[in-house]
Amino acid sequence: MADPPLSRNYPDKGGLAHLMARLRPGLPGGHAGLAALLILLLVAFTAFVPNFLSASTLQSFMYQLPLLGLLSLAMVVPLISGGLNLAIIATTNQCALLMVWVMRSMIAADSGGATTLGIICLAMAVGFLLCLVIGFATGALVAYTGVHPILVTLGTKSLIDGISIYLTRGMALSGLPEMFTRASSSTLFGIPLVFLLMIGVAVLIGTILRHTVFGVACAMIGSNPEATRYSAVDTRRVLVGVYVMSSLTCFVAALVMLATFNTASADYAQSYLLVTILAAVLGGVDPFGGFGTVTGLMLALSILQVISSGFNQFGVSNYLTVAIWGAILIFVVMVQTARPYLVDVLAGIWRSTNGHGGSLRRRQDER
Amino acid sequence: MAVILVVGAVLGATARDFLSLPNIIDLLDTYSVQAIMAMGLFVVLVSGGIDISFAATASVAQYVAAKLATQFGLPAPLVIAAGLSIGILLGCVNAALIHYVRITSIIATIATMSISFSLLMYFSGGRSIYSLPDWWMDRIVFYQTESASGDLARITLPIVLMAAVALFTWAWMTRSSLGRQLYAMGGNPEAARRIGMHIGRLQFVAYGYLGLTAALAGLLQAHRVGESVPNAMVNTELTVLSAAVLGGASLTGGIGTVPGVLLGIVLLAILQNGLNLLGVSSYFFQIVIGATILISTSITVISSRRGRRHRILAGAPTHG
Repeated sequence: MADPPLSRNYPDKGGLAHLMARLRPGLPGGHAGLAALLILLLVAFTAFVPNFLSASTLQSFMYQLPLLGLLSLAMVVPLISGGLNLAIIATTNQCALLMVWVMRSMIAADSGGATTLGIICLAMAVGFLLCLVIGFATGALVAYTGVHPILVTLGTKSLIDGISIYLTRGMALSGLPEMFTRASSSTLFGIPLVFLLMIGVAVLIGTILRHTVFGVACAMIGSNPEATRYSAVDTRRVLVGVYVMSSLTCFVAALVMLATFNTASADYAQSYLLVTILAAVLGGVDPFGGFGTVTGLMLALSILQVISSGFNQFGVSNYLTVAIWGAILIFVVMVQTARPYLVDVLAGIWRSTNGHGGSLRRRQDER
Repeated sequence: MAVILVVGAVLGATARDFLSLPNIIDLLDTYSVQAIMAMGLFVVLVSGGIDISFAATASVAQYVAAKLATQFGLPAPLVIAAGLSIGILLGCVNAALIHYVRITSIIATIATMSISFSLLMYFSGGRSIYSLPDWWMDRIVFYQTESASGDLARITLPIVLMAAVALFTWAWMTRSSLGRQLYAMGGNPEAARRIGMHIGRLQFVAYGYLGLTAALAGLLQAHRVGESVPNAMVNTELTVLSAAVLGGASLTGGIGTVPGVLLGIVLLAILQNGLNLLGVSSYFFQIVIGATILISTSITVISSRRGRRHRILAGAPTHG
C-alpha cells in the first residue's frame, strides 16, 4: 500500500478543482451513498419488521429525532469551524432547568391564562439570555485566549454541569404549566411541533452556513485559520459568533427536551454528547473542520434513528443499537477511505478485461 | 506547577489534616487508577493522537477478567494475562483503524468506545460481579507505619504499581529511541515518516500501551473496590484527559512530560480532597474543576505567548 500523507486523509488529486468539488457535497461521493444506505435500511426493515412503515412508527420517529437532531446541529457549527463544543449537553440541561425553575416559581395555581403565557415567555427569554451569555463566554475564551476548543469546552462543560448539579443537588425539576406541555405536544397536520421546530432550525443553520458571509468565514476558518486571518476576516469575531450560534441552538434543544421529558435535570442526555459527534462525522462533516453540510447531517441522523427504531421493534437492546451505530460509522469511513483504491482496482479490472477482449478481437481479425 | 504549589499551600494552611501522611497516602491510593490510565494516554497524546475509549477498554478488561475468575475459576496469572491482553488487543484495534482505515483518532476512538462499552453493557446486562476471588480482593501492603495520631498509613499495591508505571513510562519516553520516535511523530508526522520512521508500528505501540495501562487500571480498580461494576469507569475519560492536559501534554502532540501529567493528576486530587476536608459540598467539585481547567490553560497559553519560555501549549494552534 502506498503511504498517503498522514494528517489529512484525502486523496490529493487535483488542487483547486478537487477542493471545490469537496466543498460542495461535504463528502466525496456526495450524499448519494448516505441516501442509498438510508433507503436500503428502510427497505430492509420494512421487509423484516412487521408494521415498520406505519403512521405510528413515523410519528414516534418524529418525536424522537428532534432532541438528538438539535444537539447535533449545535455540535456541527463549531465542528465546521475546526473546533468542538463539548458543553452542549450541559448548556441544554442548565437552560432547561432555569426555564422550569422560572415557570414553577412564578406561576401560581390560580393565575390566569394571560399571566401564564406571559411567564412562559419570560422563562423562554431568560433561557435564551442564559444561552447567549454562555455562548459569548465560550466564544470569547476560544477566540481571545487561543486555547484549544476541546480544552475550553471541557472546562465550560465541567463548570456548567457543576453549577447545575450544585444548585439542584442532582435532582430533577418538574412542574411545567399545563399550557406549555399542551402546546409542546401539539401537532400540525399530524406532524409534531418539535419536529417542525428542528426542521426550521436546520434550514436556518443550513442557510446561514451556505449563503452568508459568516457561514463562508466559518468554513474558511475550519480549513485554514491563518489564511483566513490574512484575508481580512476578523476570525475572532466569527469564532465568537460560532459558539453563540451553537449555544442558541442548545436553547431550542432545551425547549424540545422539556417538551419530551416534561422535567429537567443536570444529567439528562449526557450519553448523547459523543453520539452528536458520531452523527456529524457520519454525515460527512470533516472532524478537522472546513467541510460539512446540514443536509448530510440530517441524512445521517435519519439513518441512526431508523436503525434505532427498527431494532427497537425487533426487540434488540438499546445498548446493542449504540454498538451498531459505532460500527456503521467505522464502516462508512472505511468505505470512504477505500474508495480511491476500489476505483483503482475496478478501473484496473475493467481495463485488463477490455484490453484482453481487444487483443482477442485483434487475433480473431488476424485470422 | 505554580498553581499546584499555591493550591497545596492554601489547603495545607486552612485544612489541618491535609498535609498529614495518611491523607496523602490515601489520596495516592484513590487516584492511582486514574494516574495509570493517564500514563498511557500521555503516550498517545505525545504521539499526536487522542483516545476516548480507554475507560471502556478498562471496563471490558475488568469485567471479562472477573468473569473468567469467577465463572471458570481460572488461576490468577491466567486471569491477569487475559485482562491485559484484552486491553492490548482493543488498543491495537484503535491503532489499526487509525493507521489502515485512516479515521481521525478522536472519531475512531469514539466509535470503538461506543461499540465496546455498549457490547459490555449488553452482555453483562449491567450486572455487577461481587464474588471476586480472594487473591484479587486481598489488600497487599508493602509498608505500613503509624502516625503520631494513631492513623495507619499503608503503601499498598496500587501505589506501588502507579509508581512503577510512571517510572517506566518516564524512562521509556525519555531514554529510549522508541520514546524519542513517538515524540518526533507527534511533533511532525510527515517529517518523522520521511526520515524513515515506521509510523504504523509506532501507532500500534502507542495505542497498545494505552490499552495495556487501561486494562491494568481496570484490574486495579476492581482490586480496590472489591467488585466489578460494568459502568463504574464511565466518564473517567474526560477527567483523565483534563488531568493530562492540565499537566501540559499538548493535544496536538509532541509535547508533554511524565512529571507534568502526574502533577495534573495531583492537582485534581488535592483540589477534591482539600475541598472535602474544608467541608465544601462535593457537588461544588465539578465547578472547581471546570474553573481550574479554564484558568490554568488560559494562563499557560497567555504566558507562553508572551515569553515563549514554556513551550507547553504554545505548539497548539487554536484550531487543530
